[in-house]
Amino acid sequence: MSTTTTSRTALDSLRVRGHRRWVEEAIRLALFLCAFLSVATTVGIIWVLVREASAFFFAVSPIEFLTGTRWAPLIEPRSFGVLPLVCGTMLVVAGAALVSLPLGLASGIFLSEYASHRSRNILKPVLEILAGVPTVVYGYFAITFVTPLLMRVLPQTQVFNAASAAFVVGIMILPMVCSLCDDACRAVPQSLRDAGYALGATELEVSTQVVLPGALSGVLASFVLALSRAIGETMAVTLAAGATPKLTMNPLESIQTMTAYIVQVSLGDTPAGGISYQTIFAVGALLFVITLIMNLLANRVLRRFREVYE
Amino acid sequence: MSEVATILLKSEGSNLQRRHRRSRMMKTFFQVATWTGVFILAILLIQISWQAMGWLDLQFLTSFPSRFAEKAGIKAALWGTIWLILLTAVISIPIGVGAAVYLEEYSGPSWLNTTIEINIANLAGTPSIVYGILGLALFVRWLDLGRSLLAGALTMSLLILPVTIMASREALRAVPKSIRLASFALGATRWNTIRHHLLPAALPGIMTGIILALSRAIGESAPLVMIGALSYVAFTPNGPMDSFSALPIQIFNWASRPQKEFYSLAAAGIVVLLLVLLTMNAAAIWIRARAQKDSRW
Repeated sequence: MSTTTTSRTALDSLRVRGHRRWVEEAIRLALFLCAFLSVATTVGIIWVLVREASAFFFAVSPIEFLTGTRWAPLIEPRSFGVLPLVCGTMLVVAGAALVSLPLGLASGIFLSEYASHRSRNILKPVLEILAGVPTVVYGYFAITFVTPLLMRVLPQTQVFNAASAAFVVGIMILPMVCSLCDDACRAVPQSLRDAGYALGATELEVSTQVVLPGALSGVLASFVLALSRAIGETMAVTLAAGATPKLTMNPLESIQTMTAYIVQVSLGDTPAGGISYQTIFAVGALLFVITLIMNLLANRVLRRFREVYE
Repeated sequence: MSEVATILLKSEGSNLQRRHRRSRMMKTFFQVATWTGVFILAILLIQISWQAMGWLDLQFLTSFPSRFAEKAGIKAALWGTIWLILLTAVISIPIGVGAAVYLEEYSGPSWLNTTIEINIANLAGTPSIVYGILGLALFVRWLDLGRSLLAGALTMSLLILPVTIMASREALRAVPKSIRLASFALGATRWNTIRHHLLPAALPGIMTGIILALSRAIGESAPLVMIGALSYVAFTPNGPMDSFSALPIQIFNWASRPQKEFYSLAAAGIVVLLLVLLTMNAAAIWIRARAQKDSRW
């Protein structure tokens, strides 16, 4: 560029370029550090959980923790079997699945296959408001509306019970299922639907026998992600499900979930450093591992099947 | 022969009718399922507004919490939430947008970048209470920030970072390749291009994503409970090192009391919280709609 100008300006231009390159590199590094912070966060989570949970597992054997059937870390005689908490969590998740998976899948199919453009544009954002409602609000709704209603229908219902917590958690994750199923169904090419109609299939047959099998991976991934969200849900189950760690399959009884237990300890005045304090890290580690496996699974399913049509 | 054809036709006809009837029935079912969600949202909003009626007044907004339901208010919680959100925004926006710019504009395919991407996807699905545990161990105890606004804001920033990054990437990806090429062709460096063309072009999308991420932080309470935000705070915070309360914490506290009159206070608090959230969502939708109208491509 500077072949015809004097050597002085050429040198200047080189110097400017060198400066620019240096600035460019510095900016690139700064931006990389921002992106790398996510890895640092994960490392931080794992480090914290492993450090504190390993202190716990020096005192309590992991086998006792994972197979014990009595959870009483705060009262004598102490006992550290986590199964009642896992059972309570699973009870809530199963109930939430019963509510959200059929409703979410059905409304996802409706939005992508049946709804007019206009009603879709109204219904989808309205359903997404459900996802934006804070979880503490769902907890409030559960204890002031769902539980009283349930008690009127089934008088043996306890004031705090798994069923109403499960119901509101189901409603909370419904938009997630619906939205992801809708996306998955819409990713199925129109030509497949047209082929179905050309063979004389009805709308239902096209939806369930052409679109749904094509969208299956997305639908399954949405189920796994939604259930992972339900496992980690905290405030609604803390408010509505009670604080009674119990091995039961009766959804009308009071139970305690893993997340609700963690909140209970952090609300109380358990001194930092003691064994009962370390339990929250052990339970938190279990929670993290379960949701991590589910998220990895869902991501893998999604990635493997995403590009089938391209 | 013709007899067989008639039978066939007949059975075909009734079969077809049955198939269409089933199709219509299932359509109704799908429709009802969709409206169920809308219906429950309506019940929730009506029930809460009903409970809050009469409690939501100026006195409620300007009083500190109290043992007496009639005197209690959300002043401390409201100020705590405002402080928390401002601090969270200041921390999370530069980092989130920076990470998005790196991943969209700089990174090529390498194992490190793949690791980062998988990481962000997993962090987005990590339960918020796990972030609370991290915040408690890292910020409250290890860095010794105590139960301060700053510890809360740092925890919240980590929590909403994956959402911010994903939304900002989406917005950057929507800027056409031709803009980048035109800028490079004129001799601009990568950062020049990002600073003067890509970021301004992607700004509405990024802002929409950030507002939605921040509104998630406003509603979150589990991490704040973990790091020890208090439910009884009788002052408004003056700086980032003060202890604090927040709206969802205050609501949680009122809703978990045995006395029924506090339920109405919780409902009034929820109405305030939902109004804030709906305003933010409306702002995000408005920005998105305006950007779509003014779009140059």
